Amino acid sequence: MVARFHQFAVSLIIRQKQFALRRAFFHSFARNEAGTTGAREERSGMALLELRDIAKHFGAIHALTGVSWSIEPGEVVGLMGDNGAGKSTLVKVMAGNFPPTSGEMLLEGKPVHFHKPVDAREAGIEVVYQDLALADNLTAAANVFLGRELKTGVWPLRRLDHGAMNRKAQELFAELKSETRAGDLVRLMSGGQRQAVAIARTRLSNAKLILMDEPTAAISVRQVHEVLELIRRLRDGGIAVILISHRMPDVFEVCDRVIVMRRGRKVADKRIADSSPEEVTGLITGALEAA
Amino acid sequence: MAQVTSPAAMNFDNVRRQGPLHRVLSSQITYVLAALAILMVIMALASDKFLTERNLQNVAQNFSYIAIAALGQTLVIILAGIDLSVGSVMALGAVATSLAMEWSQDWGLFVDWPGLALIFAVLAGVAVGGLVGLVNGVLIARLGLSPFVTTLGMLSVCRSLVYVITQGRGSPTFGPAKDLFRALGNDPILGGLPPSLIYMAALAVMIWFLLRHMQWGRHVFAIGGNEKAAALTGVPVERVKISVYVFCSALAGFTGVLLLAWLGSAPANTAVGYELRVIAASVIGGANLTGGLGGPLGAVTGSALIEVIRNGLILGGVQPYWQDFFVGVFIILAVLLDRIRSRRAG
Repeated sequence: MVARFHQFAVSLIIRQKQFALRRAFFHSFARNEAGTTGAREERSGMALLELRDIAKHFGAIHALTGVSWSIEPGEVVGLMGDNGAGKSTLVKVMAGNFPPTSGEMLLEGKPVHFHKPVDAREAGIEVVYQDLALADNLTAAANVFLGRELKTGVWPLRRLDHGAMNRKAQELFAELKSETRAGDLVRLMSGGQRQAVAIARTRLSNAKLILMDEPTAAISVRQVHEVLELIRRLRDGGIAVILISHRMPDVFEVCDRVIVMRRGRKVADKRIADSSPEEVTGLITGALEAA
Repeated sequence: MAQVTSPAAMNFDNVRRQGPLHRVLSSQITYVLAALAILMVIMALASDKFLTERNLQNVAQNFSYIAIAALGQTLVIILAGIDLSVGSVMALGAVATSLAMEWSQDWGLFVDWPGLALIFAVLAGVAVGGLVGLVNGVLIARLGLSPFVTTLGMLSVCRSLVYVITQGRGSPTFGPAKDLFRALGNDPILGGLPPSLIYMAALAVMIWFLLRHMQWGRHVFAIGGNEKAAALTGVPVERVKISVYVFCSALAGFTGVLLLAWLGSAPANTAVGYELRVIAASVIGGANLTGGLGGPLGAVTGSALIEVIRNGLILGGVQPYWQDFFVGVFIILAVLLDRIRSRRAG
């Protein structure tokens, strides 16, 4: 507890420092180099997802340039960077919201091309969106199965299988050790429970990789703990998780590796054990060129 | 001080359960049904004419027209949209049916089989309605125009078409199906029930089934609740939206057909201003204009309440000009009630 509080306090202090550092950075007009001398380990075996030299341009804006990295099954990777660093664009490329301008994505060694989110989902990449993408007026079970409802009977009376969806959703919540109830309206739920609903949704298919966009941005300290616990459980099940976060303590608590983006480039790819919040902050703001 | 609990011991005491009783008590329909019951008791006591068979038939027939259109309107409102064009579409549907009857009156097949002529004429009215809905739906769902403005324009377009086609005159019923058409629209069945009430009940049950037990209905609610989420999870948002506008306008067209059967001739100003009564019925019945809430029972109850109020004022000898005043008061009361409930629900 004390250690967690200490981490949190450190991150607050660091955040204040960021502003000063950022100003210094913008005045220096320093060109950052593409060099990624990161301590990426070459492991044996095939990577779950490998990105090779991914670039994304929106007209003259280069949102991503030469991004390459890979993630292994059961690995939890923190993806960090300041606003506009290219995190969201990178997530959207992986999630199939739009294709990259150039570069290659390999899923279990095979090249993949996603044109819409459903493509990525079918390939085994699930996304937990920042606003969770939940419909408040529906029950937890209805949200879990949204867009892939279970049905029973024959056409034209092919109706929803309420019983099966409720049972399956309840099983998923039990698996995630969340006490969310399948029949409750999402409108009446706590932030942590909503998070559980959004994560349960990713467990419907045989997801191999889950992208989580700021899952701990708007919830209470206790619920943050709950969400990090959920991530650990996913990892224990052999699922790779990419955690996009601004919260240094979360990344250092749950991730194996951290990737730092700055101005559309990857500037660091380090094992958490070999890094520190201070170093990562420096990398995010540009006070450190690369590590 | 918050404790780092073991996963198994995590509790969620900040979440309220919503039991069946709570759900009933927090539902707008409960209150509207109660208001309707109270109103009917008062009227039964105040006027010996209210509970006569003739009067009840009259009320049932009048309100079922509004209710059928309100069923469609409720679907649109659940989607967080609105359809202002329903009144004009009713008139257009009536005119289309009349034209179809006139056009096909000499067809040999139809002379021999009036039932076929009837089906053809009714389908013409419903299809014209559906076509208008398709235009509305494509403009709103695909091109992203505002439902309010699009359907406001369509209200004007359809009404103008009705005047152009009829040159301002009434459009009567024609041909071999004329008598059958009149009978199926008016003659009481099943021991004195107006047929329009039966059609309404059948449609209400069908829509209830579609909304609660079909994937389509689930998607309608999801789009109304959070359109972006629905799109991200793979709901075919555009298709569902267009289908809802088509459905709503087709039901309005069908209402027009029923009005034609009832009146024997649809004047060019048929159903002017009905869109407001239809929307009022949906809103009184608990459909929320911000989307995601509503149902067929609400649409029917809301329509019934409006008609009972109107009937009560007529029986009470109140000047007819007061009718809209009271309907308006009830709309505001319904929205107020909704506000109070949602505030209590937090």
